[in-house]
Amino acid sequence: MIALGLEGSANKIGIGLISHPSPTSPPIVLSNLRHTYISPPGTGFLPKDTAIHHRAWVVRLVKQAVRQAGVRIADIDVICYTRGPGMGPPLQSVALAARTLALLWGKPLVGVNHCVGHIEMGRAITHASNPVVLYVSGGNTQVIAYSANRYRIFGETLDIAIGNCIDRFARTLMIPNDPFPGYNVEQFAKRGSGYLVDLPYTVKGMDCSFSGPLAAADILAREVVEGRLRKEGEGEEGELVTREDMCFSLQETIFAMLIEITERAMAHVGSTQVLVVGGVGSNERLQQMMGLMARDRGGTVFATDERFCIDNGIMIAHAGLLEYGTGVTTKIEDSDVTQRFRTDEVYVGWRDD
Amino acid sequence: MALPAASQTASPSTTTTQPSHILPAPFTNSQLELLTQGAEALVYRTHFLTPNTPVVLKYRPPKPYRHPILDKRLTKLRILAEARVLVRVRKEGVPVPAVLGGDWDNGWLMMEFVEGKTVRRVLDEWVERGAFKEERSASIPEEGEGDNDAGKQNQGGGGGDGEILDLMRRIGRAVAKLHDLAVCHGDLTTSNLMLRAPPPPKEEASPEGSSQKPLAGRQTVSTMREAAMSGEEPPVAAPSKVEPARDSSLAGDIVLIDFGLAAQATKQSQDEDRAVDLYVLERAFAATHPSAEYLFQEVLKAYGESFSDAKRVLKRLADVRLRGRKRSMIG
Ligand SMILES: Nc1ncnc2c1ncn2[C@@H]1O[C@H](COP(=O)(O)OP(=O)(O)OP(=O)(O)O)[C@@H](O)[C@H]1O
Ligand SMILES: [Mg+2]
Repeated sequence: MIALGLEGSANKIGIGLISHPSPTSPPIVLSNLRHTYISPPGTGFLPKDTAIHHRAWVVRLVKQAVRQAGVRIADIDVICYTRGPGMGPPLQSVALAARTLALLWGKPLVGVNHCVGHIEMGRAITHASNPVVLYVSGGNTQVIAYSANRYRIFGETLDIAIGNCIDRFARTLMIPNDPFPGYNVEQFAKRGSGYLVDLPYTVKGMDCSFSGPLAAADILAREVVEGRLRKEGEGEEGELVTREDMCFSLQETIFAMLIEITERAMAHVGSTQVLVVGGVGSNERLQQMMGLMARDRGGTVFATDERFCIDNGIMIAHAGLLEYGTGVTTKIEDSDVTQRFRTDEVYVGWRDD
Repeated sequence: MALPAASQTASPSTTTTQPSHILPAPFTNSQLELLTQGAEALVYRTHFLTPNTPVVLKYRPPKPYRHPILDKRLTKLRILAEARVLVRVRKEGVPVPAVLGGDWDNGWLMMEFVEGKTVRRVLDEWVERGAFKEERSASIPEEGEGDNDAGKQNQGGGGGDGEILDLMRRIGRAVAKLHDLAVCHGDLTTSNLMLRAPPPPKEEASPEGSSQKPLAGRQTVSTMREAAMSGEEPPVAAPSKVEPARDSSLAGDIVLIDFGLAAQATKQSQDEDRAVDLYVLERAFAATHPSAEYLFQEVLKAYGESFSDAKRVLKRLADVRLRGRKRSMIG
């Protein structure tokens, strides 16, 4: 079976084709294309502009993906699209494209939960059988574990998502959005002196909050930009705190929070596998910290690289095809989108463990 | 399939072996029995002063993933929080282990050993025994919306559920007792609630409320130290040999543990903090015991009846839940 997947819940449009040769053999990625809407430095991506971007790219990317996959339209069994969660207008523009293709080609549709797409793709790529999942992206921060046909949310952010926190901080420091703010913050952090600025650390059980650390980091960042923040205990003449130090401190603090809530979930469910998915999961420091935590628990970290970590069409095609295999499709008249679509709303009919 | 992407830290297929931790002074050379590796801490069983006074040594090893400055700060903060809160709420009659000693620089805290199991395990075993009726599991609403219906259904169910529902009520009351002091736990999961095995029946201990009077015998030392610290007479009680409860028993007192994230709530924040405590517990139920989700209603019911602010907290809980649902929007 072959599926075409369309993803556009945030500022990336991803189109991909995947094949499930048989229920027992691993899936084969046929093509995986992506185009990112990049807003000017100091600004975030607005829903309306992002939707325009996706509309402008969708036809080109679908054509290219099908060509690259080397399949005929007749070979495609199902069209899968992201139903949510995400930003309304971009979701809508991609869903419209999916509906159009389904009608044009006479194919069934499957609406997919974006988070479940990340999880299933991560499992397929890494062969992690039943991991605790840390899902970290621009819009989501969740610690998830599977139980009784649902991906259950153990812990999550109580306010903004981790990626959103990093992006907003990057804007305060006027760090470029290209290729994406998180990547640039990571590069800045690597060049830091190792000096740690004291920021609020806010973990509540398995949940955490990023608005506190962000607010504090933002205030300090402004002082850094104006060149008047000095390292603690060094007095008037002390060395100045740099943008690099700020990026380093923010990462060290909020990533430690993520690792901690993941560790709590692992202890609680008694699991030693951990899978990191979502765009922020491509951060090398986060992966390294997760590795150190897992080592101490005698466990294993599974991570994917940016082809699969960052939003893509393949994960939607893959999760959609799994669902399609259980006989579920989405009727055209039901093929809506929803900004709010919790991970645990999806009945995971394709797993029986 | 595309190549498994290499993660630079741990490649997907390698399982690393767990390094054995070196205990801090003065325990460095003692061979202690590791009970569990909790969320953050290593929990050892040992004894204190006399061989039949079992105690728990909770050690927070340095976390290699954390910046050393942040690590020191957090370890100290949490050991102090845990010790302070344990002493304070125990004095007020909340069932928690007694504190025997600690050293925040070296990351350890010693406390009374609680004979029993975590509620997490109790519930798992209960579900495994099939005590949960099939028909009921089918009629439970999947999403949290229909909470109250589930509660009602279940009252009609009667019979075999009595014991488990009673356990839920004990949980509700124990949490309420803590919250009545405006202390919030901060990590209220079923792993952090223990069911203390009750003494053998001839002890004539009432099944409820016996936790306030610390058990005698093996707890004599802690009881005496506590009393010494608070300047009270040590409670007298007949020495007893506590044997582990019948495996499937749901009897016993609820003991709250793991106060590293606990805090005294302020007047402005107390309802929110209490509600978040309940929300964390609710999700721990939902996430690990999907088939036992309806039980949580009983926890809330008992909680609601237990102290004056409880009704307000439950209202607040509804807000916190709603925020949780909305949060799945892209931020
Ligand atoms: N006083 C005690 N008596 C018996 N068993 C205990 C006691 N304290 C802890 N345990 C056992 O050890 C486990 C872990 O302890 P605890 O919850 O205090 O540590 P933790 O989760 O690592 O702590 P933290 O979240 O503060 O880092 C508990 O779930 C319980 O099974
Ligand atoms: Mg614990």
